[in-house]
Amino acid sequence: MKEESLWYIFINASLINNFVLAYFLGICPFLGVSGKMETATKMGGAVTFVMLISSMCAYAIHALLVAINAEFLQLISFIVVIASTVQLVEMFIKKMSPALFRALGIFLPLITTNCAILGLALFQTSKGYGFFESLAYALGAGAGFTLALVLIAGLREQLEFAEVPAVVKGTALTLLIAGILSLSFMGFAGLGS
Amino acid sequence: MANQIKNNTGFFASLQESPSTDEFVKGLWRDNPVFVQVLGMCPVLAVSNTAINALAMGLATSFVLLMSNVLVSSLRNFIPKQVRIASYILIIATFVTMTDYIIQAISVDLHKALGAFISLIVVNCLILSRAEAFASKNTIGKSVLDALGMGFGFTFALFCLGAVREILGNGSIFGVPFFPDNFQEWIVMILPAGGFFTLAIWLLIFNAAKQRKATT
Repeated sequence: MKEESLWYIFINASLINNFVLAYFLGICPFLGVSGKMETATKMGGAVTFVMLISSMCAYAIHALLVAINAEFLQLISFIVVIASTVQLVEMFIKKMSPALFRALGIFLPLITTNCAILGLALFQTSKGYGFFESLAYALGAGAGFTLALVLIAGLREQLEFAEVPAVVKGTALTLLIAGILSLSFMGFAGLGS
Repeated sequence: MANQIKNNTGFFASLQESPSTDEFVKGLWRDNPVFVQVLGMCPVLAVSNTAINALAMGLATSFVLLMSNVLVSSLRNFIPKQVRIASYILIIATFVTMTDYIIQAISVDLHKALGAFISLIVVNCLILSRAEAFASKNTIGKSVLDALGMGFGFTFALFCLGAVREILGNGSIFGVPFFPDNFQEWIVMILPAGGFFTLAIWLLIFNAAKQRKATT
């Protein structure tokens, strides 16, 4: 495996192989909470935060599981760790900043079932990233997720005022926009080489 | 539920005389997990680039759904309410790990093609939502029917996407050439963007059908 710089890993995760638009991870919140710009940014921030923490945990767990020769427990331990991380983050935010806690509301617990988080943990393990590479990867993935969410929220806010045929309204329209966004993100493909 | 059955005078209305048939049929068509409920989108879009991948993913998900529904339903009186979601996720994760190893044993190529998305079945909202909304409240028999219906509905939807994307993007179906040699493949269909477009068009067709039924 070739040596990758941390910067390249960041750019790769956020733009070239954007988690939402190229890997289809985290589509549920992408379709669900992308109606408003404000909620989209908050959701993006929360996801990035959880990604960073669970990426560190996943790195430690993988090292531990390899040491005791129990890799088949990987999936189960990852999902348990992510669920408890989310719970922990929730309690922490509630204690430290009640205002932020109220603003995030239901989105915090929902992050547990966000496939982008589990996907990140699985990908970083299968790519064999070290500790700092994992962190760069998590940061990039979070930034890419936020970027995609904010872009589509902006487009959807504009579309509120457009006259759209009734058949296209709703999820179908969001998917069409996402398709076009995904096409345009392919333009980043040459960045890495 | 009773209200829904009363209102439904559609295509499958004649089949819905007995409630047990209804548990099965609702997942196939009326409450189709992908086209109507829009659940479990990540695998739907990610592995539907060929028909065979889509079919394998659908069957794997159906298997996990069936097994977890059976277990959740048989344990429904023993799981304390406070920790139910965590218990469901553990049950699901166990079966997903099993499925992962089974697929690897059957076909290494398929395992490589599906990649991390087999493990990601754990966070498929469809499975958790069936465990929470149905299996935890109903008998084992009903839960099995529900899982089979939802599973087949999910597989059917995945296959619809996979077939379209493979025919247009690769000019083949199940690896067998579909068009004459001079067919120019639509590369965009096997790219991520093609997944979004194909699903959007299927949803459009479903919406149009629903509206036509509502107006007549």
